Amino acid sequence: MVEPDYLKFDTLSLHAGQEPDPTTGSRGVPIYQTTSYSFVDTEHAAGLFNLEQPGHIYSRISNPTVAVLEERLAALEGGVGAVCTASGMAAFHLACATIMSAGNHVVASRNIYGGSHNMLNLTMPRFGINTTFVDPRDPDAWRAAITDDTRVLFAETLGNPGIEVLNVPVIAEIAHEHGLPLMLDATFTTPYLMKPIELGADIVMHSVTKFLGGHGIALGGVVIDGGRFDWAASGKFPTLSEPYDGYHGITFAEEYGHQALSMRARAEGLRDFGAAMSPSNAFHLLQGVETLPLRMQRHVENTSDVIEFLEGNDAVSWVSHPSVSTHPDHELAKELLPKGAGAILSFGITGGREAGRRFIENVQLASHVANVGDAKTLVIHPASTTHQQLSADDLTAAGVGEDLIRLSVGLEDPEDIIADLARALRASQKG
Amino acid sequence: MQLEFRGATVNFATGGVQIDDSQPPVLMVHGAGMDRTVWSQQTRYLAHHGFSAMAVDLPGHGDSTGDLVSTVPEMADWLADLIRTLNFGPVRLVGHSMGCLIALEVAARHSDVTERLVLMGAAAAMPVHPDLLGAAERNEVLAPQLMTAWAHGSRAHIAGNPTPGLWMRSGCQALLERASDGVIHNDLSACNSYEAGDIAGQVQCPVTVIVGSEDKMTPPKATAQLVAGFDEVELQHLEGIGHMMMLEAPDQIREIVLAALR
Repeated sequence: MVEPDYLKFDTLSLHAGQEPDPTTGSRGVPIYQTTSYSFVDTEHAAGLFNLEQPGHIYSRISNPTVAVLEERLAALEGGVGAVCTASGMAAFHLACATIMSAGNHVVASRNIYGGSHNMLNLTMPRFGINTTFVDPRDPDAWRAAITDDTRVLFAETLGNPGIEVLNVPVIAEIAHEHGLPLMLDATFTTPYLMKPIELGADIVMHSVTKFLGGHGIALGGVVIDGGRFDWAASGKFPTLSEPYDGYHGITFAEEYGHQALSMRARAEGLRDFGAAMSPSNAFHLLQGVETLPLRMQRHVENTSDVIEFLEGNDAVSWVSHPSVSTHPDHELAKELLPKGAGAILSFGITGGREAGRRFIENVQLASHVANVGDAKTLVIHPASTTHQQLSADDLTAAGVGEDLIRLSVGLEDPEDIIADLARALRASQKG
Repeated sequence: MQLEFRGATVNFATGGVQIDDSQPPVLMVHGAGMDRTVWSQQTRYLAHHGFSAMAVDLPGHGDSTGDLVSTVPEMADWLADLIRTLNFGPVRLVGHSMGCLIALEVAARHSDVTERLVLMGAAAAMPVHPDLLGAAERNEVLAPQLMTAWAHGSRAHIAGNPTPGLWMRSGCQALLERASDGVIHNDLSACNSYEAGDIAGQVQCPVTVIVGSEDKMTPPKATAQLVAGFDEVELQHLEGIGHMMMLEAPDQIREIVLAALR
């Protein structure tokens, strides 16, 4: 039996979206640090503005450096197209704004990033879009929350803070049974660990700032269009299936079919909301993507070593990561994440809030920041920092116990990471 | 645009422009397992450059309803009947791959509805690899994967999509995956069993043929055999381009098509 001779993942990480620059021969991706692009003539300009032909007009809408990153991320995820944005939150907003309007409704996992939760819970209702939050592990809860106004199901491939593994095929089937798309934030997994589109997701978004960039020096986000959802057949997405006056009556689903979401998100969303990625950031993020397979493999290996250490340490009362046999999603993780369940874990420190504070103050190698997915090991104790205003009961309700430490395992030598954690854990118990 | 014909809905992309009877009609016909959207880089352009551009979904493809048509000659009869019944013709026919075979048959046997042909990814014979045919018969995802792998030139497997942010390979595969069960096998079987005979010699209208140097599905040698049969033909050669040339080289294709149609 013949096999398709596709370029493989590691090759695409280095090459997808870029050819040597046709003018200079530059092998590296040039930074096209420009706001605008010269038109050949008035007819050319009119054609670009009217979506009659492809090309760059203004860097808020598209830019050649950013386009390389977009094509590369679409290639790695197996999507038909990608639109990069100024941040992960901008990507989330762009996707929502492209497919929804006032009166629509979202069903979302309750275990998602705080920023995403705030947008759905506090901000979007001001624009007439409301959300019902559900337990991501409960398929019946997803089904029960869907209403006639629902337009998307949203979750993270790995939840926050419990690192819940989403059963993507099951939740995708529920979405599709109702003529709805499934949108996933895959920031914690990256396409190296999971390809959600192959599992049934329709829209994938990332904070590219995190593992995809890997260096913590540039903000960025991306919306990736799976291209398998039939927006016209669903009958619930007029922004894609009805004529749009913004481009002289074009109907995106009719003209672009499987690429309708990508085209409208750029043509309207970047044009009107303007949350574009800068070409310099795209360049920096591309440097990270080139080594994504190597880095993710090392992240997973280091995480395994750190978990083994933590499980044997007397100052640690529990460790939560899908690779741990006691994690509720351990078996599901083996099925959906065969290369590993990522590099973010949480653990409980003996001695609660005070011990947690002392632990944080005594790490030397690990960085105390409100971020994850850096090449460097990052650590935070929510009860004494991001959630310090909450009572013990409120923390429990939020799934963030007083003893919870969140760790984003980096690429340092694992012996050095472990030595740093061991020293801080010892100090934490000397209160 | 959707029209009723033979008890089914026929769907067209028209570039977002209302069909204007005073403009010369251009009918674009897609290839096996695909739909109107393969012409997304040409339809809107032609619609704004003096033509009534219509990229049709064949029966059972894209958003057209109706039963699949199982042979190329029957597909051609369906198309010629559509052109006559809806008073489109005579039309300029633009075909891709299997759409070329359909356009050739229409031009040869229904010359009254055909004003000119533009063919890309064309050959008089389109034998299909038995593994591909088998995968299509079993509705396996391998069929879209093989078609996607073979349908693009080497450049398109890495980069080069002129539309910012679009990834060509997955675009093709997603399009094929959206086809209903049986569609790809129906079309590939139609191509595989089609015998052109001296079809090119029966075509009386002007013909333009566009060939991609890296076309693995209708290789330049196979296209050359077809071209040799025409009385009058203009041959355009695209270096480094594969079978999906209207997406791999949309700017060049637009220029060639526009010049040919005028």
